[in-house]
Amino acid sequence: MRIFDPHIHMTSRTTDDYQAMYDAGVRAVVEPAFWLGQPRTSPESFVDYFDALLGWEPFRAAQYGIVHHCTIALNPKEANDPRCVPVLDELPRYLVKDSVVAVGEIGYDSMTPAEDTALATQLQLAADHGLPALVHTPHRDKLAGLRRTLDVVAESALPVEHVLLDHLNETTVGEAKDAGCWMGFSVYPDTKMDEDRMVAILKSHGPERVLVNSAADWGKSDPLKTRKVGDAMLRAGFDEDVVDQVLWRNPVAFYGLSGRLDLERAEPADVQHEGNSILRGGE
Amino acid sequence: MTHTTASPSSPPPTVDELRAALLACLAPPANAWLDGALTDAAEAAAAPAGAPPGRALPAWELRFAEAGRRCGAEDAADQARVLLLRTARPDATAVARLYRQGTAAERRAVLLALDHLDLAPADGLALVEDALRTNDTRLVAAAVGPYAGRHLDAHAWRHAVLKCLFTGVPVDAVAALEERAHGDGELARMLGDYASERTAAGRPVPDDLSRVLAVAGKAEES
Repeated sequence: MRIFDPHIHMTSRTTDDYQAMYDAGVRAVVEPAFWLGQPRTSPESFVDYFDALLGWEPFRAAQYGIVHHCTIALNPKEANDPRCVPVLDELPRYLVKDSVVAVGEIGYDSMTPAEDTALATQLQLAADHGLPALVHTPHRDKLAGLRRTLDVVAESALPVEHVLLDHLNETTVGEAKDAGCWMGFSVYPDTKMDEDRMVAILKSHGPERVLVNSAADWGKSDPLKTRKVGDAMLRAGFDEDVVDQVLWRNPVAFYGLSGRLDLERAEPADVQHEGNSILRGGE
Repeated sequence: MTHTTASPSSPPPTVDELRAALLACLAPPANAWLDGALTDAAEAAAAPAGAPPGRALPAWELRFAEAGRRCGAEDAADQARVLLLRTARPDATAVARLYRQGTAAERRAVLLALDHLDLAPADGLALVEDALRTNDTRLVAAAVGPYAGRHLDAHAWRHAVLKCLFTGVPVDAVAALEERAHGDGELARMLGDYASERTAAGRPVPDDLSRVLAVAGKAEES
Protein backbone atom coordinates (compact mmCIF):
# COMPACT_ATOMS: atom_id res chain seq x y z
CA MET A 1 0.00 0.00 0.00
CA ARG A 2 1.59 3.31 -1.04
CA ILE A 3 0.49 6.26 1.04
CA PHE A 4 0.69 10.03 0.59
CA ASP A 5 -0.27 11.85 3.80
CA PRO A 6 -1.56 15.18 2.46
CA HIS A 7 -1.63 16.92 5.84
CA ILE A 8 0.80 16.18 8.67
CA HIS A 9 2.89 18.45 10.91
CA MET A 10 6.17 16.54 10.92
CA THR A 11 8.01 19.36 12.69
CA SER A 12 6.18 18.13 15.81
CA ARG A 13 7.00 14.45 15.29
CA THR A 14 9.97 12.24 16.07
CA THR A 15 12.27 10.19 13.88
CA ASP A 16 10.57 7.07 15.27
CA ASP A 17 7.39 8.38 13.62
CA TYR A 18 9.17 8.76 10.30
CA GLN A 19 10.41 5.18 10.54
CA ALA A 20 6.97 3.83 11.49
CA MET A 21 5.35 5.81 8.68
CA TYR A 22 7.82 4.43 6.15
CA ASP A 23 7.21 0.90 7.42
CA ALA A 24 3.45 1.47 7.02
CA GLY A 25 3.89 2.53 3.37
CA VAL A 26 4.06 6.33 3.63
CA ARG A 27 6.35 7.62 0.88
CA ALA A 28 5.25 11.26 0.60
CA VAL A 29 3.88 13.93 2.90
CA VAL A 30 2.71 17.53 2.69
CA GLU A 31 3.29 19.63 5.80
CA PRO A 32 0.99 22.64 5.96
CA ALA A 33 2.20 25.70 7.83
CA PHE A 34 0.09 26.09 10.97
CA TRP A 35 -0.07 27.18 14.58
CA LEU A 36 2.61 25.81 16.92
CA GLY A 37 0.49 25.43 20.05
CA GLN A 38 2.42 28.29 21.62
CA PRO A 39 1.37 31.56 19.95
CA ARG A 40 3.97 33.38 17.87
CA THR A 41 4.62 37.04 18.56
CA SER A 42 6.30 38.30 15.37
CA PRO A 43 6.72 37.66 11.65
CA GLU A 44 10.33 36.62 12.31
CA SER A 45 9.06 33.58 14.17
CA PHE A 46 7.06 32.58 11.09
CA VAL A 47 10.08 33.10 8.85
CA ASP A 48 12.21 30.68 10.86
CA TYR A 49 9.36 28.16 10.76
CA PHE A 50 8.86 28.51 7.01
CA ASP A 51 12.62 28.13 6.50
CA ALA A 52 12.51 24.89 8.48
CA LEU A 53 9.70 23.62 6.23
CA LEU A 54 11.94 24.33 3.24
CA GLY A 55 15.21 23.18 4.75
CA TRP A 56 15.64 20.96 7.76
CA GLU A 57 12.32 19.07 7.66
CA PRO A 58 12.62 17.82 4.05
CA PHE A 59 16.17 16.72 4.88
CA ARG A 60 14.93 14.85 7.94
CA ALA A 61 12.15 13.18 5.93
CA ALA A 62 14.58 12.13 3.21
CA GLN A 63 16.68 10.25 5.78
CA TYR A 64 13.65 7.94 6.19
CA GLY A 65 12.79 7.57 2.51
CA ILE A 66 9.88 10.02 2.61
CA VAL A 67 9.47 12.93 0.19
CA HIS A 68 8.42 16.15 1.92
CA HIS A 69 6.59 19.13 0.40
CA CYS A 70 4.88 21.96 2.26
CA THR A 71 2.22 24.62 2.10
CA ILE A 72 2.87 28.17 3.33
CA ALA A 73 0.43 30.66 4.88
CA LEU A 74 -0.62 32.74 7.83
CA ASN A 75 -2.92 30.36 9.74
CA PRO A 76 -6.47 31.42 10.72
CA LYS A 77 -5.86 31.55 14.45
CA GLU A 78 -2.85 33.87 14.26
CA ALA A 79 -4.50 35.99 11.56
CA ASN A 80 -6.25 37.60 14.56
CA ASP A 81 -3.00 38.78 16.18
CA PRO A 82 -1.90 42.15 14.78
CA ARG A 83 1.69 41.33 15.73
CA CYS A 84 1.63 38.38 13.29
CA VAL A 85 -0.35 39.79 10.35
CA PRO A 86 2.67 41.56 8.72
CA VAL A 87 3.94 38.10 7.78
CA LEU A 88 1.50 38.37 4.85
CA ASP A 89 4.09 40.67 3.22
CA GLU A 90 6.71 37.91 3.44
CA LEU A 91 4.56 35.24 1.79
CA PRO A 92 5.18 36.11 -1.88
CA ARG A 93 8.88 35.29 -1.66
CA TYR A 94 8.02 31.88 -0.18
CA LEU A 95 5.25 31.06 -2.63
CA VAL A 96 7.75 30.87 -5.53
CA LYS A 97 9.81 28.12 -3.88
CA ASP A 98 10.12 24.70 -5.48
CA SER A 99 8.65 22.51 -2.76
CA VAL A 100 5.72 24.81 -1.90
CA VAL A 101 2.73 23.03 -3.43
CA ALA A 102 -0.17 25.11 -2.04
CA VAL A 103 -1.14 28.11 0.03
CA GLY A 104 -2.29 26.83 3.42
CA GLU A 105 -3.57 26.31 6.01
CA ILE A 106 -5.87 29.25 5.52
CA GLY A 107 -9.56 29.52 6.47
CA TYR A 108 -11.58 30.27 9.56
CA ASP A 109 -11.04 29.68 13.25
CA SER A 110 -13.47 32.06 15.01
CA MET A 111 -14.88 33.72 11.88
CA THR A 112 -13.67 37.25 12.63
CA PRO A 113 -13.23 40.19 10.24
CA ALA A 114 -9.44 39.72 10.53
CA GLU A 115 -9.86 36.11 9.36
CA ASP A 116 -12.06 37.29 6.46
CA THR A 117 -9.25 39.58 5.31
CA ALA A 118 -6.49 37.00 5.69
CA LEU A 119 -8.50 34.34 3.85
CA ALA A 120 -9.41 36.58 0.91
CA THR A 121 -5.85 37.96 0.67
CA GLN A 122 -4.31 34.51 0.63
CA LEU A 123 -6.78 33.04 -1.88
CA GLN A 124 -5.66 35.87 -4.17
CA LEU A 125 -2.01 35.02 -3.47
CA ALA A 126 -2.73 31.41 -4.46
CA ALA A 127 -4.29 32.54 -7.74
CA ASP A 128 -1.36 34.90 -8.39
CA HIS A 129 1.22 32.15 -7.86
CA GLY A 130 -0.52 29.34 -9.73
CA LEU A 131 -1.02 27.38 -6.51
CA PRO A 132 -4.02 25.52 -5.11
CA ALA A 133 -5.20 26.30 -1.57
CA LEU A 134 -5.54 24.10 1.51
CA VAL A 135 -8.43 25.52 3.50
CA HIS A 136 -8.96 24.50 7.12
CA THR A 137 -12.62 24.43 8.19
CA PRO A 138 -13.31 25.56 11.76
CA HIS A 139 -13.74 23.15 14.64
CA ARG A 140 -16.40 25.33 16.32
CA ASP A 141 -19.56 26.23 14.38
CA LYS A 142 -18.29 24.06 11.53
CA LEU A 143 -21.24 24.08 9.12
CA ALA A 144 -21.66 27.87 9.28
CA GLY A 145 -17.91 28.17 8.83
CA LEU A 146 -17.99 25.90 5.80
CA ARG A 147 -20.72 27.98 4.16
CA ARG A 148 -18.89 31.23 4.81
CA THR A 149 -15.70 29.65 3.44
CA LEU A 150 -17.50 28.59 0.25
CA ASP A 151 -18.83 32.14 -0.19
CA VAL A 152 -15.34 33.64 0.09
CA VAL A 153 -13.93 31.03 -2.30
CA ALA A 154 -16.70 31.79 -4.81
CA GLU A 155 -15.81 35.48 -4.69
CA SER A 156 -12.10 34.79 -5.13
CA ALA A 157 -9.99 34.49 -8.27
CA LEU A 158 -9.15 30.89 -7.40
CA PRO A 159 -11.23 28.20 -9.18
CA VAL A 160 -13.15 26.06 -6.68
CA GLU A 161 -11.56 22.92 -8.10
CA HIS A 162 -8.19 24.28 -6.89
CA VAL A 163 -9.42 24.30 -3.29
CA LEU A 164 -9.10 21.49 -0.75
CA LEU A 165 -11.49 21.90 2.18
CA ASP A 166 -10.05 20.05 5.14
CA HIS A 167 -11.30 18.62 8.44
CA LEU A 168 -14.65 17.75 6.88
CA ASN A 169 -17.14 15.37 8.53
CA GLU A 170 -20.63 13.94 8.00
CA THR A 171 -22.26 17.36 8.42
CA THR A 172 -20.10 19.22 5.90
CA VAL A 173 -19.12 16.68 3.24
CA GLY A 174 -22.27 17.10 1.15
CA GLU A 175 -22.02 20.84 0.62
CA ALA A 176 -18.27 20.65 0.02
CA LYS A 177 -18.82 17.99 -2.62
CA ASP A 178 -21.66 19.88 -4.31
CA ALA A 179 -19.47 23.00 -4.47
CA GLY A 180 -16.86 21.11 -6.49
CA CYS A 181 -14.00 21.35 -3.94
CA TRP A 182 -11.55 18.61 -3.06
CA MET A 183 -12.54 17.04 0.26
CA GLY A 184 -10.07 16.39 3.07
CA PHE A 185 -10.75 14.28 6.16
CA SER A 186 -8.52 14.25 9.23
CA VAL A 187 -8.60 10.97 11.13
CA TYR A 188 -7.81 11.29 14.83
CA PRO A 189 -7.75 9.04 17.88
CA ASP A 190 -10.61 10.83 19.71
CA THR A 191 -11.78 13.88 17.80
CA LYS A 192 -12.41 14.75 14.15
CA MET A 193 -13.00 11.57 12.07
CA ASP A 194 -12.28 7.90 12.83
CA GLU A 195 -11.53 4.99 10.49
CA ASP A 196 -15.01 3.44 10.46
CA ARG A 197 -16.82 6.74 9.94
CA MET A 198 -14.34 7.48 7.14
CA VAL A 199 -15.25 4.19 5.47
CA ALA A 200 -18.95 5.03 5.81
CA ILE A 201 -18.42 8.41 4.12
CA LEU A 202 -16.49 6.75 1.30
CA LYS A 203 -19.36 4.30 0.83
CA SER A 204 -21.97 7.03 0.68
CA HIS A 205 -20.05 9.71 -1.24
CA GLY A 206 -17.51 7.70 -3.25
CA PRO A 207 -13.73 8.15 -3.49
CA GLU A 208 -13.64 10.95 -6.08
CA ARG A 209 -11.80 14.08 -4.86
CA VAL A 210 -11.49 12.57 -1.36
CA LEU A 211 -8.21 12.86 0.57
CA VAL A 212 -7.51 11.26 3.95
CA ASN A 213 -4.88 12.63 6.32
CA SER A 214 -3.61 12.10 9.85
CA ALA A 215 -3.13 15.83 10.53
CA ALA A 216 -0.76 14.54 13.21
CA ASP A 217 0.85 17.32 15.23
CA TRP A 218 1.89 18.08 18.81
CA GLY A 219 -1.50 17.05 20.24
CA LYS A 220 -3.01 13.59 20.66
CA SER A 221 -2.84 12.27 17.14
CA ASP A 222 -1.51 9.29 15.19
CA PRO A 223 0.71 9.51 12.09
CA LEU A 224 -0.36 6.01 11.05
CA LYS A 225 -4.06 6.84 10.70
CA THR A 226 -3.75 6.95 6.92
CA ARG A 227 -2.64 3.31 6.86
CA LYS A 228 -5.37 2.38 9.35
CA VAL A 229 -7.98 3.89 7.04
CA GLY A 230 -6.52 1.93 4.11
CA ASP A 231 -6.77 -1.29 6.12
CA ALA A 232 -10.34 -0.44 7.20
CA MET A 233 -11.28 0.21 3.56
CA LEU A 234 -9.94 -3.20 2.50
CA ARG A 235 -11.81 -4.91 5.35
CA ALA A 236 -15.00 -3.13 4.28
CA GLY A 237 -14.68 -4.49 0.75
CA PHE A 238 -13.05 -1.66 -1.18
CA ASP A 239 -10.45 -3.00 -3.60
CA GLU A 240 -6.80 -2.00 -3.68
CA ASP A 241 -7.36 0.32 -6.61
CA VAL A 242 -9.79 2.50 -4.65
CA VAL A 243 -7.47 2.50 -1.65
CA ASP A 244 -4.67 3.67 -3.96
CA GLN A 245 -6.92 6.35 -5.42
CA VAL A 246 -7.75 7.81 -1.99
CA LEU A 247 -4.35 7.38 -0.33
CA TRP A 248 -2.09 8.19 -3.29
CA ARG A 249 -3.59 9.31 -6.58
CA ASN A 250 -6.01 11.91 -5.20
CA PRO A 251 -3.37 13.81 -3.18
CA VAL A 252 -0.98 13.57 -6.16
CA ALA A 253 -3.68 15.04 -8.41
CA PHE A 254 -4.57 17.86 -6.02
CA TYR A 255 -1.07 19.01 -5.11
CA GLY A 256 0.01 18.30 -8.69
CA LEU A 257 -2.10 21.32 -9.65
CA SER A 258 0.90 23.35 -8.48
CA GLY A 259 3.13 21.83 -11.18
CA ARG A 260 5.77 21.53 -8.43
CA LEU A 261 5.13 18.10 -6.95
CA ASP A 262 8.31 16.09 -7.42
CA LEU A 263 7.88 12.45 -6.52
CA GLU A 264 10.77 11.17 -8.65
CA ARG A 265 12.69 10.64 -5.42
CA ALA A 266 9.88 8.60 -3.82
CA GLU A 267 10.82 4.99 -3.31
CA PRO A 268 8.30 2.39 -4.40
CA ALA A 269 6.07 0.98 -1.67
CA ASP A 270 5.69 -2.79 -1.25
CA VAL A 271 2.71 -2.89 -3.59
CA GLN A 272 2.96 -1.06 -6.89
CA HIS A 273 -0.24 0.20 -8.34
CA GLU A 274 -0.74 -1.89 -11.49
CA GLY A 275 2.98 -1.61 -12.11
CA ASN A 276 2.59 2.13 -12.50
CA SER A 277 5.83 3.87 -11.65
CA ILE A 278 4.86 7.29 -12.99
CA LEU A 279 4.92 9.27 -9.78
CA ARG A 280 5.36 12.86 -10.90
CA GLY A 281 2.22 14.94 -10.43
CA GLY A 282 1.10 17.97 -12.39
CA GLU A 283 3.01 19.43 -15.38
CA MET B 1 24.74 11.64 -2.31
CA THR B 2 27.31 13.59 -4.29
CA HIS B 3 26.77 16.97 -5.81
CA THR B 4 28.66 19.31 -8.06
CA THR B 5 31.64 19.65 -5.78
CA ALA B 6 34.72 20.12 -7.94
CA SER B 7 37.35 17.52 -7.25
CA PRO B 8 40.48 19.10 -5.81
CA SER B 9 42.63 18.08 -8.77
CA SER B 10 40.51 19.35 -11.66
CA PRO B 11 40.12 23.04 -12.53
CA PRO B 12 36.56 24.34 -12.00
CA PRO B 13 34.42 24.44 -15.14
CA THR B 14 34.03 27.78 -16.90
CA VAL B 15 30.61 29.32 -17.41
CA ASP B 16 30.65 28.12 -21.02
CA GLU B 17 31.55 24.59 -19.98
CA LEU B 18 28.76 24.56 -17.40
CA ARG B 19 26.24 25.73 -19.99
CA ALA B 20 27.40 23.09 -22.48
CA ALA B 21 27.12 20.35 -19.88
CA LEU B 22 23.57 21.41 -19.02
CA LEU B 23 22.63 21.64 -22.69
CA ALA B 24 23.55 17.98 -23.00
CA CYS B 25 21.55 16.78 -19.99
CA LEU B 26 18.45 19.01 -19.91
CA ALA B 27 15.29 18.37 -21.92
CA PRO B 28 14.44 20.98 -24.61
CA PRO B 29 11.85 22.87 -22.51
CA ALA B 30 14.31 23.14 -19.62
CA ASN B 31 17.02 24.36 -21.98
CA ALA B 32 14.69 27.01 -23.37
CA TRP B 33 13.84 28.05 -19.81
CA LEU B 34 17.54 28.26 -18.93
CA ASP B 35 18.26 30.47 -21.97
CA GLY B 36 15.61 32.93 -20.79
CA ALA B 37 16.85 32.76 -17.22
CA LEU B 38 20.44 33.44 -18.28
CA THR B 39 19.27 36.44 -20.30
CA ASP B 40 17.59 37.80 -17.15
CA ALA B 41 20.78 37.13 -15.18
CA ALA B 42 22.97 38.87 -17.76
CA GLU B 43 20.65 41.90 -17.68
CA ALA B 44 20.94 42.01 -13.89
CA ALA B 45 24.74 41.91 -14.18
CA ALA B 46 24.65 44.84 -16.59
CA ALA B 47 22.26 46.91 -14.48
CA PRO B 48 23.67 49.60 -12.16
CA ALA B 49 24.20 48.44 -8.60
CA GLY B 50 21.59 49.44 -6.06
CA ALA B 51 18.66 48.18 -4.08
CA PRO B 52 16.13 46.01 -5.95
CA PRO B 53 12.94 47.89 -6.83
CA GLY B 54 10.29 47.59 -4.09
CA ARG B 55 9.55 44.17 -2.66
CA ALA B 56 9.36 42.47 -6.04
CA LEU B 57 12.05 39.90 -6.74
CA PRO B 58 14.40 40.71 -9.63
CA ALA B 59 13.46 38.49 -12.57
CA TRP B 60 16.59 36.38 -12.40
CA GLU B 61 16.07 35.68 -8.69
CA LEU B 62 12.66 34.23 -9.49
CA ARG B 63 14.39 31.94 -12.02
CA PHE B 64 16.91 31.04 -9.33
CA ALA B 65 14.04 29.99 -7.03
CA GLU B 66 12.20 27.89 -9.62
CA ALA B 67 15.24 26.08 -11.06
CA GLY B 68 14.35 22.84 -9.27
CA ARG B 69 10.97 22.38 -10.89
CA ARG B 70 12.29 23.55 -14.26
CA CYS B 71 15.37 21.34 -14.40
CA GLY B 72 14.06 18.20 -12.68
CA ALA B 73 17.13 16.40 -11.41
CA GLU B 74 18.80 17.82 -8.30
CA ASP B 75 22.28 17.97 -9.80
CA ALA B 76 21.04 19.79 -12.90
CA ALA B 77 19.21 22.33 -10.72
CA ASP B 78 22.39 22.87 -8.68
CA GLN B 79 24.37 23.55 -11.85
CA ALA B 80 21.69 25.81 -13.32
CA ARG B 81 21.61 27.88 -10.12
CA VAL B 82 25.41 28.12 -10.01
CA LEU B 83 25.37 29.23 -13.63
CA LEU B 84 22.77 31.91 -12.87
CA LEU B 85 24.83 33.19 -9.94
CA ARG B 86 28.02 33.30 -11.99
CA THR B 87 26.18 35.14 -14.77
CA ALA B 88 24.27 37.67 -12.63
CA ARG B 89 27.29 38.30 -10.39
CA PRO B 90 25.25 39.62 -7.43
CA ASP B 91 26.99 41.83 -4.86
CA ALA B 92 27.62 40.72 -1.28
CA THR B 93 24.29 42.03 -0.03
CA ALA B 94 22.34 40.16 -2.70
CA VAL B 95 24.35 36.96 -2.19
CA ALA B 96 23.61 37.06 1.54
CA ARG B 97 19.91 37.63 0.85
CA LEU B 98 19.75 34.76 -1.64
CA TYR B 99 21.35 32.47 0.92
CA ARG B 100 19.34 33.58 3.93
CA GLN B 101 16.03 33.60 2.09
CA GLY B 102 16.80 30.41 0.20
CA THR B 103 15.57 26.85 0.50
CA ALA B 104 18.20 24.26 1.36
CA ALA B 105 18.75 23.70 -2.38
CA GLU B 106 19.19 27.43 -3.05
CA ARG B 107 21.60 27.77 -0.12
CA ARG B 108 23.59 24.85 -1.46
CA ALA B 109 23.89 26.56 -4.84
CA VAL B 110 25.16 29.78 -3.25
CA LEU B 111 27.80 27.80 -1.36
CA LEU B 112 28.84 25.95 -4.52
CA ALA B 113 29.21 29.24 -6.39
CA LEU B 114 31.02 31.19 -3.65
CA ASP B 115 34.47 30.72 -5.08
CA HIS B 116 33.37 32.33 -8.36
CA LEU B 117 31.69 35.41 -6.87
CA ASP B 118 33.53 38.60 -6.12
CA LEU B 119 33.13 38.69 -2.35
CA ALA B 120 35.31 39.94 0.48
CA PRO B 121 36.35 36.91 2.57
CA ALA B 122 34.27 38.01 5.57
CA ASP B 123 31.10 38.12 3.46
CA GLY B 124 31.44 34.63 2.08
CA LEU B 125 32.76 33.16 5.30
CA ALA B 126 29.64 34.18 7.20
CA LEU B 127 27.63 31.93 4.88
CA VAL B 128 30.12 29.05 5.07
CA GLU B 129 30.04 29.23 8.86
CA ASP B 130 26.25 29.28 8.86
CA ALA B 131 26.15 26.13 6.74
CA LEU B 132 28.72 24.40 8.93
CA ARG B 133 26.48 24.99 11.95
CA THR B 134 23.69 22.96 10.34
CA ASN B 135 23.33 19.20 10.39
CA ASP B 136 22.11 19.09 6.79
CA THR B 137 24.83 17.04 5.12
CA ARG B 138 24.07 18.55 1.70
CA LEU B 139 24.88 21.99 3.08
CA VAL B 140 27.92 20.81 5.00
CA ALA B 141 29.31 19.13 1.85
CA ALA B 142 28.77 22.29 -0.22
CA ALA B 143 30.31 24.48 2.49
CA VAL B 144 33.72 22.74 2.51
CA GLY B 145 34.53 23.59 -1.11
CA PRO B 146 37.40 25.70 -2.48
CA TYR B 147 36.17 28.92 -0.86
CA ALA B 148 36.36 27.37 2.61
CA GLY B 149 39.65 25.73 1.69
CA ARG B 150 41.10 29.13 0.94
CA HIS B 151 39.51 31.29 3.63
CA LEU B 152 38.52 29.32 6.74
CA ASP B 153 40.95 29.84 9.61
CA ALA B 154 42.76 26.82 11.03
CA HIS B 155 40.41 26.23 13.97
CA ALA B 156 37.21 26.47 11.90
CA TRP B 157 38.70 24.35 9.12
CA ARG B 158 39.69 21.55 11.52
CA HIS B 159 36.19 21.56 12.98
CA ALA B 160 34.75 21.43 9.47
CA VAL B 161 36.80 18.31 8.72
CA LEU B 162 35.69 16.75 12.00
CA LYS B 163 32.07 17.66 11.26
CA CYS B 164 32.30 15.84 7.93
CA LEU B 165 33.52 12.73 9.76
CA PHE B 166 30.76 13.06 12.37
CA THR B 167 27.95 13.52 9.87
CA GLY B 168 29.14 11.08 7.22
CA VAL B 169 30.05 13.63 4.55
CA PRO B 170 32.85 12.02 2.50
CA VAL B 171 36.10 13.94 2.98
CA ASP B 172 36.43 13.92 -0.81
CA ALA B 173 34.11 16.93 -0.59
CA VAL B 174 36.74 18.87 1.40
CA ALA B 175 38.72 21.11 -0.95
CA ALA B 176 42.47 21.51 -0.36
CA LEU B 177 42.38 18.60 2.08
CA GLU B 178 45.88 17.34 1.41
CA GLU B 179 47.52 20.77 1.53
CA ARG B 180 45.76 21.95 4.65
CA ALA B 181 45.95 18.70 6.62
CA HIS B 182 49.65 18.39 5.85
CA GLY B 183 51.69 19.41 8.88
CA ASP B 184 48.62 19.99 11.07
CA GLY B 185 49.53 18.38 14.38
CA GLU B 186 46.45 19.81 16.08
CA LEU B 187 44.18 18.20 13.50
CA ALA B 188 46.01 14.91 14.02
CA ARG B 189 45.39 15.19 17.77
CA MET B 190 41.69 15.90 17.27
CA LEU B 191 41.33 12.99 14.89
CA GLY B 192 43.22 10.69 17.24
CA ASP B 193 40.97 11.69 20.14
CA TYR B 194 37.90 11.10 18.05
CA ALA B 195 39.19 7.68 17.02
CA SER B 196 39.79 6.82 20.70
CA GLU B 197 36.27 7.91 21.57
CA ARG B 198 34.82 5.70 18.83
CA THR B 199 36.94 2.74 19.91
CA ALA B 200 36.01 3.19 23.59
CA ALA B 201 32.35 3.08 22.59
CA GLY B 202 32.88 -0.10 20.58
CA ARG B 203 32.12 1.71 17.34
CA PRO B 204 34.10 1.51 14.12
CA VAL B 205 36.47 4.31 13.17
CA PRO B 206 35.44 5.77 9.78
CA ASP B 207 37.86 4.93 6.95
CA ASP B 208 37.95 8.61 6.07
CA LEU B 209 39.32 9.42 9.53
CA SER B 210 42.25 7.06 9.09
CA ARG B 211 42.87 8.57 5.68
CA VAL B 212 43.09 12.16 6.96
CA LEU B 213 45.02 11.08 10.03
CA ALA B 214 47.60 9.38 7.80
CA VAL B 215 48.15 12.66 5.94
CA ALA B 216 48.45 14.68 9.13
CA GLY B 217 50.62 12.02 10.80
CA LYS B 218 53.00 11.83 7.84
CA ALA B 219 53.49 15.55 8.09
CA GLU B 220 54.48 15.29 11.74
CA GLU B 221 57.34 12.95 10.85
CA SER B 222 58.72 15.19 8.11
